[in-house]
Formats: sequence, C-alpha cells, structure tokens
Amino acid sequence: MSIKRKACIVGAYEHPTRKAPDKSVAQLHAECAKGALADAGLSKEDIDGYFCAGDAPGLGAFSMVEYMGLKVRHVDTTETGGSSYLIHVAHAAQAIAMGKCNVALITLAGRPRSEGSSGTQVRNWGANLPDGPFELPYAPVTINQYAMAAMRHMYEYGTTSEQLAWIKVAASHHAQYNPQAMLRDVVTVEQVISSPLISDPLHRLDCCVVSDGGGAVIVARPEIAKSLKRPLINVLGAGESPKHTEGGHIDLTYTGAVWSGKAAFEEAGVTPGDIQYASIYDSFTITVLLQLEDLGFCPKGEGGKFVAEGNLISGVGKLPFNTDGGGLCNNHPANRGGMTKIIEAVRQLRGEAHPKVQVPNCQLALAQGTGGSIASRHGSATLILERG
Amino acid sequence: MSTPYQTREMTPPKPNPGDEPYFTAAAEGKLLLKRCTDCGRVHFYPRALCPFCFSDRLEWTAATGRGEIYSYSVTRGGVPVPYAIAYVTLDEGVRMMTNLVDCDLDDLRIGQRVRVVFKAASDGTMVPCFTPD
Ligand SMILES: [Zn+2]
Repeated sequence: MSIKRKACIVGAYEHPTRKAPDKSVAQLHAECAKGALADAGLSKEDIDGYFCAGDAPGLGAFSMVEYMGLKVRHVDTTETGGSSYLIHVAHAAQAIAMGKCNVALITLAGRPRSEGSSGTQVRNWGANLPDGPFELPYAPVTINQYAMAAMRHMYEYGTTSEQLAWIKVAASHHAQYNPQAMLRDVVTVEQVISSPLISDPLHRLDCCVVSDGGGAVIVARPEIAKSLKRPLINVLGAGESPKHTEGGHIDLTYTGAVWSGKAAFEEAGVTPGDIQYASIYDSFTITVLLQLEDLGFCPKGEGGKFVAEGNLISGVGKLPFNTDGGGLCNNHPANRGGMTKIIEAVRQLRGEAHPKVQVPNCQLALAQGTGGSIASRHGSATLILERG
Repeated sequence: MSTPYQTREMTPPKPNPGDEPYFTAAAEGKLLLKRCTDCGRVHFYPRALCPFCFSDRLEWTAATGRGEIYSYSVTRGGVPVPYAIAYVTLDEGVRMMTNLVDCDLDDLRIGQRVRVVFKAASDGTMVPCFTPD
C-alpha cells in the first residue's frame, strides 16, 4: 500500500531557543508540541498518535505522553538518529492510512549546547555495542568520520575544499534573513577554507552549529487537514534505508540516500528534476554533497561542480536548499537535523519562508535526513511533499 | 607542515563475550580475523555469526597485518593531541577502522602501504594500529 496523498502535514513549529540551560528536555518537547498545535489550529485532545525518537527522555513515548497529558491509541518510537523524524512522518502516514490514528504528533528536543556537546567527542550510543571494541579505541569522533568520507571523495573524484565551502556559503546567504539563526553573517569561500582545520579536510566552517531547542510537526488524515485553515501539504512519497560497514567492505563515497531517495521518488511518481526546494541534512558540508549526488540531483562525483555553480542559493541556482540557514548556520537541536529539515520544507510549500529566500510558487519539495555516522552505520530517510 | 605522531590516551576496548581471542592475540602481536568455514569469506568486525551467510561455523585466522590506506583524517582541533583515524583495507580484503601511528601525520596518503603495530589502550589492552610499511 502506498502512502501517497494518504496524509498531510498540518502543523509545524521550530522552537525559537538556541540555548536553554533553564529548561528540561521534556519541557522543550512539550513547548514544541504546543507550538505545532497552535500552528495547525488543533487542540491537545485531537492528538491520537504520538511519535518520538531517542532524544525523548525516560521511557520515550510513554514518558512524553504522560508529561504532556495526552490520550493516544498509537505510539511509534522508531530511532534512527537524526533521520528519525522523516521516518516518523512516513510511519504516521502509514498509521493514518491503516486507521490506527487520525492526528499524529512528532516531537524532537534536546540541549546539547547547554550540556557541552561537541563534534570532537565520541558519540555515546550506549552499552553492548558489537562494533565498540573495534572502533572506540581509535577515537571516532563525529567530525573525523565525515572527514574520512570527504577525503575519499576528494581522492576518487577530485572534489576540493573550495567546492565544499560553497555549501556553507549558500547556507549563510539564507541564514542572513533568519533572525533566529545562530550564524547570520554571510561568509565567503575564502573565509571557510581559511577557518581552522578541525579534522582534515574539514574546517571549522564546514561544521554545523551545536544548539539547544527542538521542533514538532503534526500529520493528519486528509479530511481533517481540509477542515483546517492552513495550506494543504500532502505526503507524496518516502523512503528509509540503513547503510553500514558491510562486514568489512564499507564504501565511503555514498550514503543510504541512494536507496531511500529512489524509494521516495518512485512512490511519489516524480523525478529529481521536478523538485523545487530541498532540505538536505547538513551536519557537515560533505554530508550535503554526498546526499545531493545520491538523490540524483547531479551525477556521482559531480557534486563539487554542482554546488560551486551556486545551485543551492535561493534565487540564483537550480536547487535552493536549507533556506532557514540549515544546521550549518541556523539550528541543529539535539544534534539531530531531521525535524528542522521537514519544518523548512513545509514553510516553503506554504509560501511562508522569508520573502528573500522563498521559492516562487513552490509546489514540490524534498526533505532528506541521515542519522548515525556516515563513515560506519547510518540511516537515511527521504520525504517528498507537495502543496495540495 | 609536519605533525609528528604523539602517544594518545586510548579508550579501552571493553570486549564483548566472544571477542577475547582477538585481544589475547593482539597482546602477542598478532592480528586475527574471523573466517567463515561455510562460505569461506573473511569479515570485520568479528562476529559469532557470518554476516554473509549466517553460518555459525567460524574460525579465527591470522592476518598478514599488511594493507593500504582506504581513507584517513588527522583530527587537530578540540582534542588533546592530533591523531590520524583511518580505514585500512587489509590484503585479506576487509576494511577496518584504526589509527595511523609512528610517522609524520602530514605525510600520510590514501593508497599508501601500511603494516600492523600494536599500541596500549589506557588499561593496557593492546590494540592494532598501522604504520607506513
Ligand atoms: Zn559465511
């Protein structure tokens, strides 16, 4: 069964905070839920499905349902790191199509900035890791995993640091119009490549921000969506795919987006050339480059050329991306990018992005997330949305 | 530029049940791999079930300890000392995560031939690393 046009995104909310030492993680989740309900014009009593991932405290969905005082008949705690929330939208559409719920709430929140998180720390994925004894002694911190992918891409395809820098440049062009963005200064290629090398070949400005905050979206049955006052945003297609080390045969030149993208495009019945706006997960510049290629926006190996032609800049290029400034400049709550990717795609389809970055008559958008680590095991999720 | 290798405090590996022979061998200066006696393939990291055919008839086999750099990165910022993380493709065909040691980290190149050496983690457990051959 396809989820094509079986559900709509009716509410979306990005928490305005970027630093919240005085708020609990549960409070941030609840504030995001409240914001998304207000955006949709729904009340708490309308929610009968709840979705969250590993950033939710305690017993996940059960703890958050209790904290927020919800009465639901369907929960889903699919955890695939930062790609979870795109998968949640797809799973919510499935649950709605199956009659398991009518109005699904998805929340994300976290406080990595207040808690002192950094990309040069080893991520804590818990106990009993089968891979842990064979990886953790080598200090696989977040940035050097993505750096190894960048290094191999440069070796195989001749990609350059200058080309990668264009991705940050494009994000900064968009972030200047977002008053809530952490980094609002427009930067140049020269500024990116002359910022300190953190892990070769990635510089400080190749990295995303670390921020507190969160976001929420609400997915509802089309009949309910049509009764609300907001523009109709249909879920057209989705794909989810894990990629891993293949028993000792990892290939760092591509991501799981090769599979999740193909599945999403097939379900939606559209092609990469049809997409007018793309939210692309951007933990680092290289993350964007790999996913652009893997989704088919340009051939494998030509991502560097594609971004250096200015294609990601709204009003300039073929594929405006991350018009809120993305994780590279705006916000990366809970060290997870998927939720903000959905929210900006919804803004674009509603025509509610900042006028300076709004894609004219935006009918078709894509949101892409990865979670985990690109140089070992990660999950990719692709979502294609349409203005109804 | 020159970035000489410096000794770094390594996190102890905390082996799971079944991993002990790998680290016992490492203490004796040997790199072991798991090989499936049903499909014949070697895999990494070592498991109790073959990730290719799901057979549980696996054996430890000694690696030559030689291979080439598939990719690497020298981490310089936000860490106590610079270090080189890498994936090395062993001559047996499998790729493993490691650190590149005992060399100028700025002279490393993808495709470079390397051989295994062993370094002590902070609890004394020996861990396989690689150095230019
Ligand atoms: Zn086998």
